[in-house]
Amino acid sequence: MALTLTEKILLAHTDRDELTPGEVVLVRCDVVMANDVSGPVAFRAMRKMGAERVFDPSKVVMVADHFMPAKDARSAGLQKSLKDWSDAQGVTYYGQGRGGIEHTLLAEEGWVTPGIVLAGGDSHTCTHGALGAFGTGLGSTDIAACLALGEFWQAVPETILVRLSGSRAKYVTGKDVILAVIERIGVAGGTNQVLEFSGEGAAGLSMDERLAVANMAIEAGAETGLFAADEVTAAYLEGRARRAWTAEASDPGAHFSDVLEIDLSALGPLISKPHSPGNVVPVADITGTKIDQVYIGNCSNGTMTDLRQTAEMLRGHKVHADTRAIIVPATQDIYLQAMAEGLLEVFIEAGAIVSTPTCGACFGGHNGVMGPGENALTTTNRNFKGRMGSGEAGVFLANAYVAAAAAVAGEIVEPRA
Amino acid sequence: MIIEGTAVMVEGDNVDTDVLYPGSWLNIDDPDAMKPYLFEGLDPSIRDRLEPSCVLVVGDNFGSGSSREHVPLAMKAWGVGCVLGHSFARIFHRNCINLGLPVVTSPQAAAAAVSGQRIRIDTDAGAIEVSGERYEIAPLPQFMTEMIDSGGLVEWVRARLQR
Repeated sequence: MALTLTEKILLAHTDRDELTPGEVVLVRCDVVMANDVSGPVAFRAMRKMGAERVFDPSKVVMVADHFMPAKDARSAGLQKSLKDWSDAQGVTYYGQGRGGIEHTLLAEEGWVTPGIVLAGGDSHTCTHGALGAFGTGLGSTDIAACLALGEFWQAVPETILVRLSGSRAKYVTGKDVILAVIERIGVAGGTNQVLEFSGEGAAGLSMDERLAVANMAIEAGAETGLFAADEVTAAYLEGRARRAWTAEASDPGAHFSDVLEIDLSALGPLISKPHSPGNVVPVADITGTKIDQVYIGNCSNGTMTDLRQTAEMLRGHKVHADTRAIIVPATQDIYLQAMAEGLLEVFIEAGAIVSTPTCGACFGGHNGVMGPGENALTTTNRNFKGRMGSGEAGVFLANAYVAAAAAVAGEIVEPRA
Repeated sequence: MIIEGTAVMVEGDNVDTDVLYPGSWLNIDDPDAMKPYLFEGLDPSIRDRLEPSCVLVVGDNFGSGSSREHVPLAMKAWGVGCVLGHSFARIFHRNCINLGLPVVTSPQAAAAAVSGQRIRIDTDAGAIEVSGERYEIAPLPQFMTEMIDSGGLVEWVRARLQR
């Protein structure tokens, strides 16, 4: 029987001989991840389960990234709890100055390889679909079960195939690809399903851009955003992968619940207006909107690719006098690389601030939150009401070119050389 | 299981977990301490209408966005008896089931619900009564029924570890 890539991965992680869409199965995890927000809540649940030890310490990773560095005593307590628990269990812990934003970090550190199942206590765990892995976000009690048993329950999802054709114009990035998908199918259009990206347009996306695309699959309600492994994946994993892997793809004739065709050559830069990621319009439609703060970073777009795009727009320019700019490299390694390439100097000379890797203001936690009546233009993934602080602030989501161009102009503009 | 309580309306579709429990209070891990922030970004006055075993009536794609379990944990801490909705986002839905917080998908029943009226849910019979009308609830897959019957995922795992 012809199977989708998702069905193949799940089948290899269950005791079943076949799977039927919708049926609930227990799925084995290759990696279980949590952070300083989801981890401590999971540890409470795990204790109530009567589980003293994790199922396999070599498969568990904890990352302190949300309130990193600690914004207050309570946040410091959570990070201490995360570290103490990790030390006691003998699992890998990435703490202050040692890691960065969990999804970018786990890919960078080679934890993620094609065909694995990665359960993460964070909704953006779908990011790992970029590497051909079934990475999916779960709540803390699910994570507790994963820590105790190495398994979670899962209704077998159907797959929406997204075929990307054509070549992209300058200033059109992975961010625009996923915004176009969300605009087409809506914020619940992928619920209980997987998005699988294919076609020449998918092959032409770099790993950084694939991470950006997969990252926002959840913004369409999907369980993960998959890219079958190819040469780009292999090149990225060279010298990085923590285990041997083989490339798998959906079989010819596999059943898809829907097929979406997107011609990339017809796309211009897109932007999500407040207060929904599905509120997508061409940037050209809302030029002139005043921007108080530009935020470049987060688990979708805090990569070297994004920082280079940002530098391209900021080099030799100043951030507008009425606008603030924050640039947040996603990991310590990206931070170092940006320094080596001279990008940090470009940012600082332009009048932006460069922050240590953190989830920070993306989720309204700390480190640059928005006040009432202000507008932010960010490369992040959510613009819900109050997401970045005040409920009276507006958040616009776009790619790094658009964000950096707005930093210079003080308002939304179409990026130009 | 019979759940009977007063309908508390939560208006709107695509209500996300950020408005249900804003990010700045995610540094709390004790469910009782989460209670004052439930609905804080949406309409804090909803908290005043909560009473033990009340039924939250919600729209389409409720609980979208972040996986933060703080939302159903705070609902449980307030004594919410059930969430009845048009449809649910995946992670919120599974968080409720895992915590043993009954969650019922029935667009017809949710549309018929009126604020302050009694709602009666009979999970064994697969039926829900709203304003004297009876609606059928689609049965859950067997695994989920077993897990809910055992009291949620914590109890289910505990039983499995003891086997």
